[in-house]
Amino acid sequence: MEATFYIASAVAVIATVLMLTRLNAVHALLYLIVSLLAVAVVFFVAGAAFIAALEVIIYAGAIMVLFVFVVMMLNLGLRTEEMERRWQPSRAWIGPLALAAVLLAELVYLLTAGSGPAQIAGSVEPKQVSIVLFGPYLLGVELASMLLLAGLVGAYHLGRRAPEKPEDRYGADSDERRAAAGGDLVHAGSDRPARTP
Amino acid sequence: MFTLGLIGLLVRRNLIFILMSLEVMLNAAGLAFVIAGSRWHQADGQVVFLFILTMAAAEVSVGLALILQLYHRFKALDADAASEMRG
Amino acid sequence: MLELLWLVLAVPFASALLLATLGPRFSRKAVAAAGVGSIGAAAVLMILIAGRFVSSPPSGGAYAQVLWTWLSIAGFDPRIGLYLDALSLVMALVVTFVGFFIHLYSAEFMIEDEGYSRFFCYMNLFVASMLTLLLADNLLLLFLGWEGVGLCSYLLIGFWYQDPANGLAARKAFIVTRVGDTAMTLGLLLLFTRLGTLQIQELMRRAGDQWGPGSSLAAIAAFLLLGGAIGKSAQLPLQTWLPDAMAGPTPTSALIHAATMVTAGVYLIARTHALYLLAPQAQLAVGAVGAATLLAAGCSALTQHDIKRVLAYSTISQIGYMFLALGTGAWAAAIFHFLTHAFFKALLFLGAGVIIEALHHEHSIFRMGGLRKELPLAFWTFLIAGCSLAGLPLITAGFFSKDFILWGAWSAQQGRPAFWAAGMAGAFLTAIYTFRLIFLVFFGQARTPVSKRPGWAMQVPLVVLAFFSIAAGYLKNPLAGYLQSALPPTLEVHTGAITETISASIAAAVFAAGFYLAFWFFYRRRSLADAVASSAAGSALHGLWFSDWGMDWLYDRLFVQPLLWAARVNRGDFVDAFYTGLARLSELFYRGLSRTETGRVRWYAAGIAAGTVLFIAVVLFSRY
Repeated sequence: MEATFYIASAVAVIATVLMLTRLNAVHALLYLIVSLLAVAVVFFVAGAAFIAALEVIIYAGAIMVLFVFVVMMLNLGLRTEEMERRWQPSRAWIGPLALAAVLLAELVYLLTAGSGPAQIAGSVEPKQVSIVLFGPYLLGVELASMLLLAGLVGAYHLGRRAPEKPEDRYGADSDERRAAAGGDLVHAGSDRPARTP
Repeated sequence: MFTLGLIGLLVRRNLIFILMSLEVMLNAAGLAFVIAGSRWHQADGQVVFLFILTMAAAEVSVGLALILQLYHRFKALDADAASEMRG
Repeated sequence: MLELLWLVLAVPFASALLLATLGPRFSRKAVAAAGVGSIGAAAVLMILIAGRFVSSPPSGGAYAQVLWTWLSIAGFDPRIGLYLDALSLVMALVVTFVGFFIHLYSAEFMIEDEGYSRFFCYMNLFVASMLTLLLADNLLLLFLGWEGVGLCSYLLIGFWYQDPANGLAARKAFIVTRVGDTAMTLGLLLLFTRLGTLQIQELMRRAGDQWGPGSSLAAIAAFLLLGGAIGKSAQLPLQTWLPDAMAGPTPTSALIHAATMVTAGVYLIARTHALYLLAPQAQLAVGAVGAATLLAAGCSALTQHDIKRVLAYSTISQIGYMFLALGTGAWAAAIFHFLTHAFFKALLFLGAGVIIEALHHEHSIFRMGGLRKELPLAFWTFLIAGCSLAGLPLITAGFFSKDFILWGAWSAQQGRPAFWAAGMAGAFLTAIYTFRLIFLVFFGQARTPVSKRPGWAMQVPLVVLAFFSIAAGYLKNPLAGYLQSALPPTLEVHTGAITETISASIAAAVFAAGFYLAFWFFYRRRSLADAVASSAAGSALHGLWFSDWGMDWLYDRLFVQPLLWAARVNRGDFVDAFYTGLARLSELFYRGLSRTETGRVRWYAAGIAAGTVLFIAVVLFSRY
């Protein structure tokens, strides 16, 4: 079991590193998916099988797919490779690396300052998780659903493109259309040219 | 993993990559929670991970929508392009 | 009658106020009526008061009139009080009388000027301040008058303010006298803090009681007051302002810089004579200053070519005589010389004004000549005044007063032969430059034609003053006796080798020698004068004396240039540097901090990350 854990975490880290350094967006995305899958394996080893499944289905399956859609839509593939290369001189890595190194050291220190190496004390059953969900964390569940709703509405609204052609600005039968056509209810029609009053 | 995600966030200029690094960071945090929950043999870690997952989903959708808007506005996905709130 | 003393002050003040506020609206005639009339009224009042004072003198030989209390702070309560005794009576009489005639003269002299009402306002204010100075019964009020005359002098020298040179001359006068005024203020402070009062008579009594003869405090106070007197009376070393003050209108020069203001120093010393009697070194200093000044100014007067500057140096020299008299203990002689000098010097200036106007503002004597026939009245009056100045024996007033001083220089308590010899040399110089002036201006060929002749308002003062330049001489003995009620008597202490008659004869011989020399050099053989002047030694001396012994240059090097340099160096103002430094520091912070607002998301994210790192580090390390 332990070997799986180490191998999987190694894969996850390496995949993440490779993801960061790719110039092609699609390649990076694929590496990210690999990383996520490796993390799912780690979850499984840690006894959270339910979570591992969720990770694969939702994270790697839905969220990453969303990413892929957007990347495809914006056509960020070969076209932008040259641009990416230009945008990242090696100099730019120094600062963040230093910062992250310090942070890593702090985190490692914090995590290992406590008691000794932890044992995985067995798996936590999904049944246990769901009991907890409906118990103490009920409110959290409701809030999470509201969050999803908000995300949905926001994404729809933000993703809408303002129509470019004047004809599309109004709906086919809207009041604005009628007003633009001269305000004549009887003779209003989309094929009638607008009369200047 | 978290620090890797942080590095990626700071280094890459492409907005998509920044979002991806953000996902990595979230994932790493979730991982920490699950392992902690598993260590103490409590369900709370997994519950929190569920919440994180939900939040990540919502955030990704909104974030990608924003990226689309920015793309239409600036015709590029440069994170430095949107720096009009300069001092 | 004596209760009307305050009117003598009030009328000129009121006139000045009236002219200041409503003057521009009045016609020329009205302004002249107000300006001249006020001084005339003051003069008439003064004569009446003098008549009453002399015929039935009040007790103690003095009349005091307190008008009101000026301030009252913690035991310090100076009053607006007037004190009339023989000294102030004589001087006030001269000031109002001569002042009236000068005002009458200037009513015609200034008739074409734009600032007619302004001129009379300043002149009236001046006379009022001078009378305040003379009639004050405490040193604070005297100082008020002192400053007042300084102010009016500034205003009048810079009267034609459109020309910046006049403004510069006015500033120079003010600043140089300011140096003296500072010394005087220190003296007043010393007197007040040590003796507790500024009432003059009380002060003199207390000084005599508390400070014995030879007291160092008395000497310090006396020296400080002498400093003030030197500044105001234009003696060495503060005489540099008077020649430049000739930039003002001629009636101003006549009134202020010949007859009245410059004698304020003499009055001050005479008033506080008790101090000087207590401090023989100070009195010696007075005499030494006088002697040095009269010689130096006499030399300078020999070389000037602006007619008014010759008269200015002559004034400096004659006041040197007055200081000399005070310094040797011949108090009455100084006042007598003041009296005669007021008459003939004012006359000389007024005559010069006539000449300048007649020749259409020509000031240089080398461009004048032959005016004897063109301006006869000016010639005769100028001649009388000049002879009085030089000391024509037995006829002119100047002879009697100068002789009085010279005899005192020899024989009075503090008299020394050295002072007497200096006075004689000065008389010689006086004769030379006076007759040089007369010969160059009135004799010889006419170089500039006459364009204007004076009217009656200018001629009457000339005649009156000429009369007094002769007649006043006969007042010598009565005056000397009369002044003893206010001033210490002039004793004849060391008679020694000569008597008064011998001294007088020597003076007469000196006059004749000077006259002859001037006659030869400036009338008969002008070429000789030019030859002497252009010889090597001659031109060097000429240069030195023309620039008043280089004192202007000296002061410029010593005081003006360093001050300008310091101002230039400190233009950045090191005190301000602290505050601008603060401003610049905050600006530095601003610029630094505003660089962090790049608008770039990644930068802000890095900031958050760095903050987190820092925070965790703090938490970690604070656990130790």
